[in-house]
Amino acid sequence: MELFKSTNFDFLGRKWPFIIASLVLTVAGFGSILMQGGVKFGIDFKGGALMSVKFAEKPDLQKIRAAMNAKIKGENTVQEFTGANTPNQVEIGTEMKDEKQLNLNRKAMEDVLATTFGQPGNGKLDFNNTSQQGLLERLREPLARNGVPMSEPQLQALVHNLLEFRDTPPRSGLVTDFAQLSSVSGINTGIMNTLKQECYLSPYHILQTQMVGPKVGAELRNKAVYATLYALAGMLVYIAFRFEWIYGLGAVIAVFHDTLITIGLFSIFREEISMTVIAALLTLVGYSMNDTIVIFDRIRENLKIMRREPLESLMNKSINQTLSRTIMTSGLTFLTVIALFLFGGPVLHGFSFALVCGIIVGTYSSVFIACPIVLFWHNYADTRRKVAPVMAAAPRADVARKSPSRAAK
Amino acid sequence: MKTNLTWRAVVIAVTILLCVFGIIGIPKSGAELKENFSKNIRLGLDLKGGTHLVMQVQVQDAVKADAEQTGERLKEDLKKQNIGYGSMDVNEVGRVEDADKIALTIKGINPSQTSAFRAVVSERYPNYILTAQNSTDYTMQLKPTDLLELKSDTVKRAIDTIGNRIDELGLAEKSVQPYGQSSSTYQILIQLPGVDDPARAKELIGTAAVLEITEVKDGPYASRDEGIAKHGGILPLGTKLIRMKPRGTSDGEQWYLVGKTAVVSGREMRNARPGQDEFRKWETSFNLSQDGGKRFGRFTEANIGNRLAVVLDNQIVSVATIQARIEDSGRITGLGTEDEAVDLSRYLRSGSLPASVTPNEERSVGPSLGADSIHQGIIAGIAGLLAVVVAMLIYYKRSGVNAVLALILNTVVLLAAVSYFHAVLTLPGIAGIILTIGMAVDSNVLIFERIREELRTGKSVIAAVDAGFGKAWWTIVDTHVTTVVSCAFLFLFGEGPVRGFAVTLVIGLLANVFTAVFVSKTIFDYELSGRRQLTELSI
Repeated sequence: MELFKSTNFDFLGRKWPFIIASLVLTVAGFGSILMQGGVKFGIDFKGGALMSVKFAEKPDLQKIRAAMNAKIKGENTVQEFTGANTPNQVEIGTEMKDEKQLNLNRKAMEDVLATTFGQPGNGKLDFNNTSQQGLLERLREPLARNGVPMSEPQLQALVHNLLEFRDTPPRSGLVTDFAQLSSVSGINTGIMNTLKQECYLSPYHILQTQMVGPKVGAELRNKAVYATLYALAGMLVYIAFRFEWIYGLGAVIAVFHDTLITIGLFSIFREEISMTVIAALLTLVGYSMNDTIVIFDRIRENLKIMRREPLESLMNKSINQTLSRTIMTSGLTFLTVIALFLFGGPVLHGFSFALVCGIIVGTYSSVFIACPIVLFWHNYADTRRKVAPVMAAAPRADVARKSPSRAAK
Repeated sequence: MKTNLTWRAVVIAVTILLCVFGIIGIPKSGAELKENFSKNIRLGLDLKGGTHLVMQVQVQDAVKADAEQTGERLKEDLKKQNIGYGSMDVNEVGRVEDADKIALTIKGINPSQTSAFRAVVSERYPNYILTAQNSTDYTMQLKPTDLLELKSDTVKRAIDTIGNRIDELGLAEKSVQPYGQSSSTYQILIQLPGVDDPARAKELIGTAAVLEITEVKDGPYASRDEGIAKHGGILPLGTKLIRMKPRGTSDGEQWYLVGKTAVVSGREMRNARPGQDEFRKWETSFNLSQDGGKRFGRFTEANIGNRLAVVLDNQIVSVATIQARIEDSGRITGLGTEDEAVDLSRYLRSGSLPASVTPNEERSVGPSLGADSIHQGIIAGIAGLLAVVVAMLIYYKRSGVNAVLALILNTVVLLAAVSYFHAVLTLPGIAGIILTIGMAVDSNVLIFERIREELRTGKSVIAAVDAGFGKAWWTIVDTHVTTVVSCAFLFLFGEGPVRGFAVTLVIGLLANVFTAVFVSKTIFDYELSGRRQLTELSI
């Protein structure tokens, strides 16, 4: 099966609509960023606290918000997390101006949840939000009192089994009825009664807590940005060495363009830039660069064979020759990423979103950004040469045009 | 040609075997296979659940303590030499960055005694620089090299201490290491897989001075009850019963009655190291601060022949008999083995943190989220790979099999590398794997498209395959080297997750050159060998 056999599209003739579209997207992205007062960083980069909580039923966000604002000063966010297979998940965030607040904020957030949804007054342990150690210490003596004495290893095994049962899907951390626990290995009526006596089941489960001090946040951000910029510079130098400097510049501008547009899209869709998103941006940089180099490589090869061909049509031919591979590779990679976006769950959400945007933008930028830059430069260099004062024996125009591109092997 | 092919097949077979061994070992059953797999491919905290803490070591505390100690010693030296002074103090700094500004200021030295004063300082405190502010006032600051050493030593000791305390929690896996790009940030990264209760861990890490040296009143007893019974059911005033930390499994319980107030606390412990005495018996020598030394001297003088207990976290780690007056440096002799001496010195050192630590970052991922992430990640990964495999097989028919084999082998090599390098698979690492798979697919596509083009020009199958691989080779080199160059920079200048991404990607790319080019070409050559007249290729 072959889909693109000897195509002959005039890509570079139709570059303007795409360049304009790119500009529009970039401007729209920038506009959105400006309107929202800067890039929306996740707590990884700006510092803050974030708690992901899973509820048994749809929670009243307003209630959480009110409780949070009463307890913690400053900007608090409470939003429902809308994922395909993550119902009733809420993210609660606070800002953090100082490292010293790290402990306070965590405690305050836990308190808000406990007072709003739990039963803090009854003196029992919240089974859905306890750690192994907590449950172990809570059960040890009551079990002995209730006539179910257990050795330490037995008790440890029991606690381990109970919490493992709680944490595996479909419960994923949320047990709604003690009866569910009857299928846990090693449990008996005595243990069950002790559990009911000592614990209660709150209708929520804290999935994860992240707290980043503002200093660390700024440090992480700077390092990620600098590392990426150095990496881009490194690639520019290598491509300049293998091809010509303008090819390196074209490729790096194209990749930079992809990153900008993706960040803009993140702002438009109100997605946060977190550390995992940075990993995704790095992935798309690598991907887009790869795509560009494949086309450049073909151009270099054709420059050796088709010496009389004007550069624009030579580039068109090269893009057409590699079109089949471009479509295949992008299509296949896109399949993987789309699968990740659809099935990957909330943790991979920002990550796969960046890749979905990045692959689309990265593929067309190789054709419509990187190539035109090289073309523009060569045309510009040619006209300069033509206009330049004619010496005794003026070189033929086409030879003059070709000479710089011949420089590469 | 034939021998060349055999040679290549051997290389490939050996590599596959080594990789598979690296991932699953030699399992005897299905359960063991699963167990080996999860043991070799270790998942990061973001996927498995656990606690990740970044703590700031307030190194200025240690610098200040050193300056204060120097001040105390200097006061005594000056007294001996009859050099008068007005005041002596150390300035307070709040931030780690200002540790270099800590100085001991000495005011009011009589100008006539300047040379005597200078002589004392340069002789007794060679690691300090003396600067005259005016004719009577001076400041003393640690030399830059000594300051740097003190700061990095403080971080090392904090890491030791925190590591020991976490050991007390009985966690199988933990990692405590310096964090930050250069050693100038003085941060510690603590990773506790499976612990989703960071409050408890942090409490343990942050608690100061849990080491005490106390007087032993009586004991040992075989149990707590026996100890209480010996004293008629009521413990004497100002005493408590504590247990000896179990050494081996065979030892029974040992309880001692000790004084409630410590003679010396961990705050006063300056250093401790293992060594051997003149009879080559193992011992641990230790140093106390000036204050602690004085108190210890008075106490030991009055209690020669009595016993002392080294108590860590309310458990006795060692009991020793006082043989002589001990001031600021002493030895605990008669230890059984080198291990015992090393352990004891570690306990003594770890008793107090050399500087306070404060949290800079804290993340805890519950095991349920980790389980969900893995579950969903695996489903997504399998769905994506399946889609790629099906598309490759439809589009490239028989040759697609080559690509699929290369792809699978690439993943196997990558996982084996993760296992052999004891790397940890995190989310950004998976990002690296996804890009690797993308580029592996791309290499195959590049080669196949090239072969098709060559076939179209009317070349024979063998010539077309050779030309296809040959021409695609330089493109593959360019794309791969560019990415490796960028990874080198990401690794050099990036932090944690960014580095993880770079490492997996580089490994994946190297694996890809092997699988997509070397292995794939070998399979083609094998299929085409001895069939020179072949005119059609399923591609």
